[in-house]
Amino acid sequence: MLTALTALLGGLILLALLAVPLARLGVGARIVHGGCLLACLGFAAIALAALAGAEAAPAPLPLGPPWGPMWLGLDALSAWFLLLVGLTGACSALFALGRGGDHPPRVLAAFPLFLAGMALTLLAADALTLLLGFEAMSLASWALVAADHDREENRRAARLYLVFAAFGAACLVPAIGLMAGASGDLAFAALREAPPQGWRAALVLALVVAGAGSKAGLVPLHGWLPLAHPAAPSHVSALMSGAMTKVALYVVARLLLDLAGPAQPLWWGLPLLVLGAASAVLGALRANLEEEGKTLLACSTIENVGLIAIGLGLAACFRAADLGPLAAVAAGGALLHAMNHALFKTLLFLGMGEVGHGAATRRLDRLGGLVHVMPWTAGCMLVGALAAASLPPLSGFAGEWLLLQALLAAWRVGELGFQVLAVALAALAALAAALAAAAMVRMFGLVFLGRFRAPRTAGAQDGPLAARLSLLLPAGLTVLFGLIPGPMLALAEGALRILARADMAGRAGPVVLRLGDGAAAYLPALVALLLLACGGAVWWLVRRRSPAGVAHGPAWDCGFAAAPPHLPFGDPLTQPSPAGLGQPLRRMLGAPLLGATEAVHMPPPGDPSPARLAAGFRDPSFALLLAPLDRLRDAVVAQAERLRGLSIRQALMLPFATLVGLLALIAWLEGGR
Amino acid sequence: MTALAAVITQLLHLALVLAAAPLVVGGVRWLKARMMGRRGPHPLQPLRDLSKLLSKRPVLAENASWISRAAPYAAAGTAVAAVALVPSFARGMAFAPLGDLLLIAGLLAAGRVAMALAGLDVGTAFGGLGAAREMSFAAFAEPALLVAVLSVAILAGTTGLDAAAALFQDGALGLRVSLALALIALLAVAVAENARIPVDNPATHLELTMVHEAMILEASGRHLALWEAAAALRLTLWLALLAALFVPFGTAPAGFAPLAWAVGVLAWVAKMAALCLALAAFESAIAKMRVFRVPEFLGVALLLGVLGAILLFVSTRLA
Repeated sequence: MLTALTALLGGLILLALLAVPLARLGVGARIVHGGCLLACLGFAAIALAALAGAEAAPAPLPLGPPWGPMWLGLDALSAWFLLLVGLTGACSALFALGRGGDHPPRVLAAFPLFLAGMALTLLAADALTLLLGFEAMSLASWALVAADHDREENRRAARLYLVFAAFGAACLVPAIGLMAGASGDLAFAALREAPPQGWRAALVLALVVAGAGSKAGLVPLHGWLPLAHPAAPSHVSALMSGAMTKVALYVVARLLLDLAGPAQPLWWGLPLLVLGAASAVLGALRANLEEEGKTLLACSTIENVGLIAIGLGLAACFRAADLGPLAAVAAGGALLHAMNHALFKTLLFLGMGEVGHGAATRRLDRLGGLVHVMPWTAGCMLVGALAAASLPPLSGFAGEWLLLQALLAAWRVGELGFQVLAVALAALAALAAALAAAAMVRMFGLVFLGRFRAPRTAGAQDGPLAARLSLLLPAGLTVLFGLIPGPMLALAEGALRILARADMAGRAGPVVLRLGDGAAAYLPALVALLLLACGGAVWWLVRRRSPAGVAHGPAWDCGFAAAPPHLPFGDPLTQPSPAGLGQPLRRMLGAPLLGATEAVHMPPPGDPSPARLAAGFRDPSFALLLAPLDRLRDAVVAQAERLRGLSIRQALMLPFATLVGLLALIAWLEGGR
Repeated sequence: MTALAAVITQLLHLALVLAAAPLVVGGVRWLKARMMGRRGPHPLQPLRDLSKLLSKRPVLAENASWISRAAPYAAAGTAVAAVALVPSFARGMAFAPLGDLLLIAGLLAAGRVAMALAGLDVGTAFGGLGAAREMSFAAFAEPALLVAVLSVAILAGTTGLDAAAALFQDGALGLRVSLALALIALLAVAVAENARIPVDNPATHLELTMVHEAMILEASGRHLALWEAAAALRLTLWLALLAALFVPFGTAPAGFAPLAWAVGVLAWVAKMAALCLALAAFESAIAKMRVFRVPEFLGVALLLGVLGAILLFVSTRLA
């Protein structure tokens, strides 16, 4: 099995190498994306096999650094995330294949590398390989973010993204160093043997949460995400939002919940809980205020990453309090939501890409009415939006149901402070879920419903068959996974045992998801049947009483005058705008949390031009984190400039002093053992 | 036998709540009119309105999509499904294993989303305004709801409605301050979710303050009938939910028990009537709020719910 995985990895790297010459021939895009599609399907198939029981024990590679070989392996946790990457990658590659278009060689080369980086991160069985994969993933995705570098905002996004990627590495490398300790053995098995303790543990926790959390988009390190995800081509944005953030969460789960050992104290989960709740609320709120389609979806990704982080944090806390079954519920919610979110967010990003192709813009104030001209895209996007709004019986609800149930049971941990925190977290998670529903209604309403806001929109069309299939596939999986959370969790049993040291055995049946004997249960298939039966009965009863068909007439529109003839789609000013739909939440929550402002510009008396609403907000992470860091960087640079004035003797002293300092650090770390 | 009893209970329950729904709306209207010194329409007027609307063909706007045609059925379907899960006169219904509080909240949210999408479909000013406000209010109502559910879940050990109701009827828990606080929180959420005064005025037509009516402004004929029916079912559901959790007396146990069922029906009718009277009195006594005061109203509900949960933690520690 590992041979097959290594072959797939090698194939992807080969594709990346061949991409540039192939692109010259003109068939490069097809070969590269077709190859990526096959590789992703292969990953998904192997991951399924591994989840079904054929795990691959770690094996050394015949290459590696001088001090030891690199290890690859596929345990249940890796396999779960590999399945996720395989499915989302297959959808993205299929979309790119079906959409065609000209992809520059730098995009074609980076795409397979990006996939390979993610797969390598998941397959790694030692920390160095993990880091290698993680950094390859960061670098390749940076190249993809910078693909359209002729636009200023994309260059800015790519620059910020690179800074955050470097920051992530700067945190993860010392974290892994601290975990390895003096022995320097980086294999997972060795790391598991010696879990960090005391101040080392606290430092590892902080560094991992900061390093991998910045890649996942946890508040306050989320600033890059709403800029970078929209900058990349749509199939890459889908992969970044759907899969890459999950790979970062996998790193968090692997390092903190698996390798750091089962005996960590209660506070081990707290940073994830608090930052997760902040991300969930802030991301969902921003999604209600954004005015660009993919930026909106990227903010919704922050929300969902926050919810998954809450699940992982809760699992750690439950484990520390010796509540294994509840830890399995929390971890199960996190895993399930990671998978479901990956699929419906891929669907939404690909659909938004389709909208961008069809309507030539993704700005919400230029879209509208696309349900009439892009019925397939609209239908698939509706499925994705309803799942993102966590409505039963779609997949978004299943994961959130488990997460909320875990939160409702969090008081069992017993510490009063933790119980109060749990109540606050439950309220925040519910707030985030409701805000996400509002954001999705706003997104779907602005893009697909209403009247055309620009003439160009009326000429939009659904994509070719393969592009349509690439939307139908994740939409179908979103519906399917919503109906079978029990079998999904049964599949994830091994992963749950790694994360929670307990599983959902006997509680995740084919049709039922049960928390325990006599406790709450969720039966999604029956709920779907009940909904179908009720809807069908209502339809049948109404049809018997009511005359068939509908009449059509002009919209009543509350007494607005008919639009002048040069406005074929009606007066755009009588239709709610993106800023207008966001207004209640901007005033109610945006003003206190995001410093949102709005101002009405009234024309002077006698001027017939319309009044305009100018609305905006500032993400606090920019003002509170990035701006001070900017100033700090400038100060450091100013100080560093003084090094130029050093004499040769002083300049030679610098490396020597560094060497002595590092030796002293090693001596101290060794002594602390 | 138990399975048969469960199915019979379920069917009787459905018939009962479906019959009660128009009466609840009409009754509250009638009571309010009486309290204001008017004669008011007959309590059965909503039923007559429904049958009148059902016999009419809907007129859709020229640019309405299939969303406008599907949404009323989705809203009514989710409302019927949700109302089928909340026990009324007896426990042990066939769908009782499905009756989870979070699922019911999810079904209500699905109905809300259907209505908001229908409001946005035609692209009129009022529809969008109503949709934006409705979804925003929900963002404040859901946390309050979840925290109230938390208190119930801690005391009952489950969010399953049937089991929780059985435990509360049992009386072993006694009177709990936390449950009273959760009740107040749930009442506020119920008022907001059903678009009643002080959050929204169900009697308005064409006012800048309206929320619920603004979204269905374009609906007519059978579509309007479905929206009205869904609203009536939702109000019935919330009152039944409050009755099942906080006034569980007289509810028949699971199993085949015609006599207990009769008592249960009588008790349920009495409870619903009392709740309708309380709602009418509350609505008559209070003025509608400004839209941007609603977060404060629901924020108080959230704080009361949090207070209830914390009291519960502290009291279990002292006991």
